[in-house]
Amino acid sequence: MALAKRIIPCLDVDNGRVVKGVQFVEIRDAGDPVENARRYNLEGADELTFLDITASSDDRETMVHVVEAVAREVFIPLTVGGGIREITDIRRMLNAGADKISINTAAVFNPEFVQQASDKFGSQCIVVAIDAKRVSAENEQPRWEIFTHGGRKSTGIDAIEWAQRMDQFGAGEILLTSMDRDGTRIGFDNELTRRVSDSVRVPVIASGGVGNLQHLVDGIVEGRADAVLAASIFHFGEYRIEEAKSYMKKQGIEVRDD
Amino acid sequence: MQTIAVVDYGMGNLRSVVNALERVSEKSHRVLLTSDPAQVMSADRVVFPGQGAAGDCMRAIDEFGLRQAIVEAARNQPFLGICMGMQVLIEHSEENQGTDCLAVIEGQVRYFGDSHKDAGGVKLKVPHMGWNRVRQSRVHPLWNSIDDDSRFYFVHSYYLELESPAVVAGECDYGRLFCCAIARDNLFALQCHPEKSADAGLQLLRNFVNWDGQL
Repeated sequence: MALAKRIIPCLDVDNGRVVKGVQFVEIRDAGDPVENARRYNLEGADELTFLDITASSDDRETMVHVVEAVAREVFIPLTVGGGIREITDIRRMLNAGADKISINTAAVFNPEFVQQASDKFGSQCIVVAIDAKRVSAENEQPRWEIFTHGGRKSTGIDAIEWAQRMDQFGAGEILLTSMDRDGTRIGFDNELTRRVSDSVRVPVIASGGVGNLQHLVDGIVEGRADAVLAASIFHFGEYRIEEAKSYMKKQGIEVRDD
Repeated sequence: MQTIAVVDYGMGNLRSVVNALERVSEKSHRVLLTSDPAQVMSADRVVFPGQGAAGDCMRAIDEFGLRQAIVEAARNQPFLGICMGMQVLIEHSEENQGTDCLAVIEGQVRYFGDSHKDAGGVKLKVPHMGWNRVRQSRVHPLWNSIDDDSRFYFVHSYYLELESPAVVAGECDYGRLFCCAIARDNLFALQCHPEKSADAGLQLLRNFVNWDGQL
């Protein structure tokens, strides 16, 4: 099997500036999306994800310019998420040079939106982002539900069933974030990842909780993820992508390192 | 001035393809995104991308009146098919309950299947998405300066099954060995996305914009 497991750094963008960016000495402006993207590309990132966290929708146009500038410089797949609610939002980002669009909240409120988007643009560019949180007690069968509003609001929807439904609705890929683990640096929720990955046809990206390189390995080996997404471990120069890859390779994981 | 026409028939994001071609082009090249059959036929080189489903692609090609221009270009000019732009060059695809395609190359396009597995019986995800190795089946100007078994970025659920091994230019392994690049005379086509395959992909596009269509 020669298909490589992917490492995807995620960059939060607020009003056109990377707010959780790389701190490389050779980068003059740590907030510049193009410099960040270029640096990650050189280090061997397999894809890049930009998450627009701009609060005001008036400023969303800024993100279009960010995507345009990055897509002119960096020739690896680019995913854009955050505030995607309508078909026109998707079209605008694709036209700017994004390759995949990540849909989160809009899918929960209107699942048919995923179907429409996939019919219109092809499932290859539709990523459904799922924020899941464990709702079962310690001694119960594990169960996860979909949460919105950054993990604050429960929807009562079962995460595994939801992932399967999104697969059937035409998602080309699932970006699965454990809200329990997000920001904790104690590792992915590998049980959740494995349950989702085993229940869908499409690739699953594990997200939420990475604190060291072994966590990336665990996400793939125990979680059976096809790709791992991480933010903070790469941002502060703690680990470089190539270090992550050589670590994973030593553990027997196929990576793109040439 | 040499024109590189990128055929725009409304299927998918062509911005990346244009960006990458512009990156590798010289001053004497002009990259032209066009839906006009006359411009496609008169261009010095033609790039034929595509995304989405085979049925939609074939419908769009006919709605834009581009069928003849694409078939002619595939016979006459240096021609590069990418992804769905490769699949619809074949006679027939299994996608959308069966779709008749452009029949420039003899063969079929088949689905990996819902229970696709590797040799060890481990489930493989469909679409085949990510960076996989491309084995160069033969010497070709478009492989110049690209190491054999370099990784390219793939995203697809259907693959090519050709009548004749003579046109196979590259192979890839995903649960099965499949043809991921074809070459015949002035025509070259790829299943993977050179515009998204970092240095190896840009090198292939650079080779294409400088290719005279000869072997």
